Amino acid sequence: MNREDLLQGLKARDPRAIARAISLVEDGDPLSETILGSLDESRIEQALVLGITGPPGAGKSTLTDQIILGYRARSQRIGVIAIDPSSAISGGAFLGDRIRMMRHALDSDVVVRSMATRGRLGGLCAAAGATVRILASSGCSPVIIETVGVGQSEMDIIRLADVTALVLAPGLGDDIQAMKAGLLEVADILVVNKADCAGAETLAMDMEAVARESRDKGGSTEVCMTVASRGEGVAELLETVAALEKIYRQGGEHGRRRRHAHDLEVLDWALELLRPKLLEKIAKSGTNRTGDPRLKAAAILKGF
Amino acid sequence: MAGRSKKYRVLIGKPGLDGHDRGAKVLARALRDAGFEAVYTGIRRTPEEIAAAAVQEDVSAVGLSSLSGAHLRLFPAVVEALKQRGAGDIPVLGGGVIPDEDLNALKQAGIVEVYTPGTSLAQVIEAFEKACDRHHQGRSKT
Repeated sequence: MNREDLLQGLKARDPRAIARAISLVEDGDPLSETILGSLDESRIEQALVLGITGPPGAGKSTLTDQIILGYRARSQRIGVIAIDPSSAISGGAFLGDRIRMMRHALDSDVVVRSMATRGRLGGLCAAAGATVRILASSGCSPVIIETVGVGQSEMDIIRLADVTALVLAPGLGDDIQAMKAGLLEVADILVVNKADCAGAETLAMDMEAVARESRDKGGSTEVCMTVASRGEGVAELLETVAALEKIYRQGGEHGRRRRHAHDLEVLDWALELLRPKLLEKIAKSGTNRTGDPRLKAAAILKGF
Repeated sequence: MAGRSKKYRVLIGKPGLDGHDRGAKVLARALRDAGFEAVYTGIRRTPEEIAAAAVQEDVSAVGLSSLSGAHLRLFPAVVEALKQRGAGDIPVLGGGVIPDEDLNALKQAGIVEVYTPGTSLAQVIEAFEKACDRHHQGRSKT
């Protein structure tokens, strides 16, 4: 696929061109800049970016599958970015989120891309932002991002998504208590999945308390109950997503989040592009490997 | 990091009605441990579903596992489905309980390599490595 075919294919929503564009951007290919510069900014602005996060085993992939069904019933074209962790030892990854979504495999308006974190912490991969834009530009809305199974501090999704649903399930125990100072504070929707299991009521009550606390501080956190394996509660969840999106767009929160996310992503890339230059400076700064690293860094950046 | 700067993406699929996917999972994990990003599609997929997933995931090779005896029908069907989606360049490798007398027919149908019981994981991974190398070279030329 040459450059022109690729750019033409992207415009024509050709599945191969979309997939190849994502790979090239993820691999840092020189063509990335051309690809990213060719995207449809107005589509990107209009698209909803929906984050699905939560601890391992809460049912994120199963719920995502049902959410896709819900949006497809309204004929919306959907993008899904499903992220799994890379092995810290081999750098490889087992990407298995697709297993739960295979019923959509022959639907050309459900574009699923599995991605590995490739060493990035925070629950996303470095190319997640660019992949969202490529999918949104190809007419996908929403673009759903399913993060890796998270603990307390993988909060990058909050930055990238317009609306974030934190999926929890009964039986995960004290982990949820421990999340109180993390994702629970910032998620837009707290989803109590596996709501037919023992302990769901208690969990829902706890989550209502968290949501009330957030609303007292001017937030708009909502609680939803689902049984993702049977699709129960998914319609209500999608209504909640739509209601929050409307509130955020009308109240200016949507734009504020997007601008903030944009600036932080620019910062990320600036640091990434600066990295080789800085490493070179460090290597040139002498053979002395003692002394305080922070003071050295300040010295290297003097006159920057 | 397996001595390689480029990350290779591969897809492991089980076409047909056979539900025994221990082998497919062992291979997917071995590929992960060799530094590949291995997408697994789960059991009981149609050739069309596997081809569509391979296109969306932009993989450089597809590995198929079959223990049901339907490989002569299913493996070539995946090659065909890839071609129909303009992805005939993606190499397809196969493995499973496959009689020796079927090996030629599979190779003639476009399956790059076929592995039968007793093959070492290292040998299969090397084949994926080679297939991905070739695919990436073709990819960067265009």
